[in-house]
Amino acid sequence: MNPAKYFALLGIAAFGAIGDTLLARGMKTFGSVAPSQITHIFAAVLNPYVFLGIFFLLAFMSTYLSALSWADLTYVLPATAFSYVFIALIARFFLHEHISPIRWLGVLLITAGVGFVAGSPESSTPKEPSRAGAQP
Amino acid sequence: MNHFYAWLGVFLIVVTSTAGDCLLARAMKRVGDLGAPRRQGGLGQTILRVLLTPSLMIGICFMALSFFSLLFALSWGDVSMVGPASASLTFVANAFAAKLFLHEKVDRRRWAAAVFVAAGVFLLAG
Repeated sequence: MNPAKYFALLGIAAFGAIGDTLLARGMKTFGSVAPSQITHIFAAVLNPYVFLGIFFLLAFMSTYLSALSWADLTYVLPATAFSYVFIALIARFFLHEHISPIRWLGVLLITAGVGFVAGSPESSTPKEPSRAGAQP
Repeated sequence: MNHFYAWLGVFLIVVTSTAGDCLLARAMKRVGDLGAPRRQGGLGQTILRVLLTPSLMIGICFMALSFFSLLFALSWGDVSMVGPASASLTFVANAFAAKLFLHEKVDRRRWAAAVFVAAGVFLLAG
């Protein structure tokens, strides 16, 4: 696995974490939406935080899909879980929230889980030759 | 009864999001490594090729179903139960589904990763 692929996995986790954080922040300033006024929720897109959050989630989706094109699902998924760790770190060091010991244990378990697959080969299924990428 | 509906919602989230993830993975595996088509046809053509893969579209529909299942579950249960339960169970369900439907070799390291991550997510999201 080359460095670009490690960056792709880090990107998945980082984009997901930043996107979720921005959405949460945006929806908090936007306010609750009653089920009877559900169409009102489309106006939330105009909130700058929500707008930026959607942009980051699009970046998440495209890096996620590109990772799935060269790696197994069981390899990529633990990496996506790393976004929970990023969210906890953002909450602790940027938003100065208190993280309970139980949550730190969660961070530790996810990190260990990601560590289990990080060193192993990323794909276990035979590669279907990409039409454009076929070697002569 | 509220409890039953909340867990029914969690079950629906796990099933639909696992199906969605597997379909996306299958679609991308079929498209193959994106590096080569991007060098040959440019970014626009690569995006078009990905978007026109049928299992990708079905996968996205399942993702949408999972989002509505989440809304359903949240309307019956607390977010502190629905969030961690659905997120962590999805990781384990995905390992099973990847082995069954995508024929990935889920060895001991990958099982351990799925279980550790599921446990960690459960503690963090709670």
